[in-house]
Amino acid sequence: MAQSNGTDVRLMKGNEALAEAALRAGMQAYFGYPITPQSEVMEYLTMHAPEHPGVVILQAESELAAINMVYGAAGAGARVMISSSSPGISLMQEGLSYMTSAQLPALVVNVQRGGPGLGTIQPSQGDYFQAVKGGGHGDYRLIVLAPASVQEMVDFVFDAFRLTEKYRNPAMILADGALGQMMEKVALPPVGSLPRSAAPWATVGKPATRERNIVTSLFIQPERMEQINLQLQAKYRTLEKEEVRCEQLQMEDADFALVAFGLTSRICQKAMELARQKGIRVGLIRPITLYPFPSAVIRKAAGQVEAFVTVEMNAGQMVEDVRLAVDGTRPVHFTGRMGGMIPTPEEILAKIEAVVAEPSLQHA
Amino acid sequence: MKEPDVIEGMEVVYRKPQTLTATPMHYCPGCSHGVVHKILMEVVDEMGIQDKTVGVAPVGCSVFAYDYMNVDMQEAAHGRASAVATGIRRVLPDTYVFAYQGDGDLAAIGTGETVHTVNRGENILMVFINNGIYGMTGGQMAPTSLLGMKTSTSPYGREAAVNGYPLRITELLAQLPGAYYVTRQSVHTTAAVRKCKKAIEASFRYQTEKRGTCFIEVVANCPSGWKMTPNEANDWLEKNMFPYYPIGDIKAPKQ
Repeated sequence: MAQSNGTDVRLMKGNEALAEAALRAGMQAYFGYPITPQSEVMEYLTMHAPEHPGVVILQAESELAAINMVYGAAGAGARVMISSSSPGISLMQEGLSYMTSAQLPALVVNVQRGGPGLGTIQPSQGDYFQAVKGGGHGDYRLIVLAPASVQEMVDFVFDAFRLTEKYRNPAMILADGALGQMMEKVALPPVGSLPRSAAPWATVGKPATRERNIVTSLFIQPERMEQINLQLQAKYRTLEKEEVRCEQLQMEDADFALVAFGLTSRICQKAMELARQKGIRVGLIRPITLYPFPSAVIRKAAGQVEAFVTVEMNAGQMVEDVRLAVDGTRPVHFTGRMGGMIPTPEEILAKIEAVVAEPSLQHA
Repeated sequence: MKEPDVIEGMEVVYRKPQTLTATPMHYCPGCSHGVVHKILMEVVDEMGIQDKTVGVAPVGCSVFAYDYMNVDMQEAAHGRASAVATGIRRVLPDTYVFAYQGDGDLAAIGTGETVHTVNRGENILMVFINNGIYGMTGGQMAPTSLLGMKTSTSPYGREAAVNGYPLRITELLAQLPGAYYVTRQSVHTTAAVRKCKKAIEASFRYQTEKRGTCFIEVVANCPSGWKMTPNEANDWLEKNMFPYYPIGDIKAPKQ
């Protein structure tokens, strides 16, 4: 552990760094259920909770119970986090749908593993659709942040708490098994550096001075339910306007653009370097917020590059959003691996070279 | 302050609890829900704990409980009321928390949450309305429907070979060390209402002692679901429900 300029710099595993960040961000309660490859989150929290008196860490009997404990604690005004991996996140979809409707803030962490089904415990990005398109029933979105380093596993905890509380909509950190398990150097912000705004809507006991607070997702009159939906949609339009985050690398002179998020964007940086050594001018667009999606950045890039290559650890999910943004003006290609396999820089380079040879050919 | 509707020269001997709203209840005539709501709120009134009480409403006929109870409340997903109550109580340890659930909610879809909440000894009150039927969705078979009981999904009567046995979940929960006070009550007569209210009072008091979960089953009627008049339903309750679901304390703290 090194202290420099008040910053705490350590070598940490992604899952543990995220857990430490949550404690430093003033998380008041965590509910979870063990699942590989993210079990270190709750292990770390239970080990270190005594350093943060008053913080509730509770192992639930299931992911279903855990997400509903999150609902209760969030509704009572606490800053709450829950973490799991893909199959566990599937079990939470009901709760997340209820929480968006009841407009409850909470941070949900998905350290993805390969699926479908019980799948594998190796890293994957196969839950993109589930994370960014809703996941449960009804018209709603989660605010989704995709870290690409252990440092971002820390930083995005703070960003996600800020966003979920500002918009009263659950936020998700969409990581993967590799980010959760790998160790990198991280700078940890000081404890208590994220102030909590008041939650006058929370159920904490009704004083005589106000009406009772009700946390609910039930609005039986369709006229009222439509109003709630319109409120949610207005919130999502604001998010799309105000909160899009995206990183662009070497796009200034790029003739081809790689589009990748999370771990895959790190691999794409190496592929980009290899391509440039061969004289192919490749840039990288990395969506940081997967919802709201950086459509405008991609649309703008379509005026510059010959073609896009989207790289994901799935069968091609974000590529659909890239194609929507490009809207047919440029070819959008895809390469990826599935089931817990990680694409290599060489595989990505081979795809780039194939596209350079025939940019307009839409590969299957 | 002069009470509205109080006749000059007359003394007020009984009134609606202040923590019950003026919203007309949507419950069917003779239904037990309204009575249980009222005595719950009477206890909150008498203990003066409106500002320290948070309730959890279920999915079922009492889904709108928060329309009638003038305390802070959360609406839980079907079966999850005790998990939601756990979340509330854990972050607000000095608050009185109650969850209110029906038989389908608590003893079918939410059995896992129910068992584990009591097993953790969460310091909450769980109120369990057992009328042997899914009321809101139209009278389907519940986990607590009696053998032979005709419902919209057991039109020829519940059969053990097909549907299993009526679940005495309260006895099951009483086995758990986390359970502090477990009792079965009813509200079909004035005397029964008084006893049930006493159980609620005791449960709220026990919450401050943080000794474990208090669990009150109310063997209730469902005149509409049972296709009976309220009086017939109360008679049927005594004759058929009580033998299988006997009234009284199942686990009581030593006084």
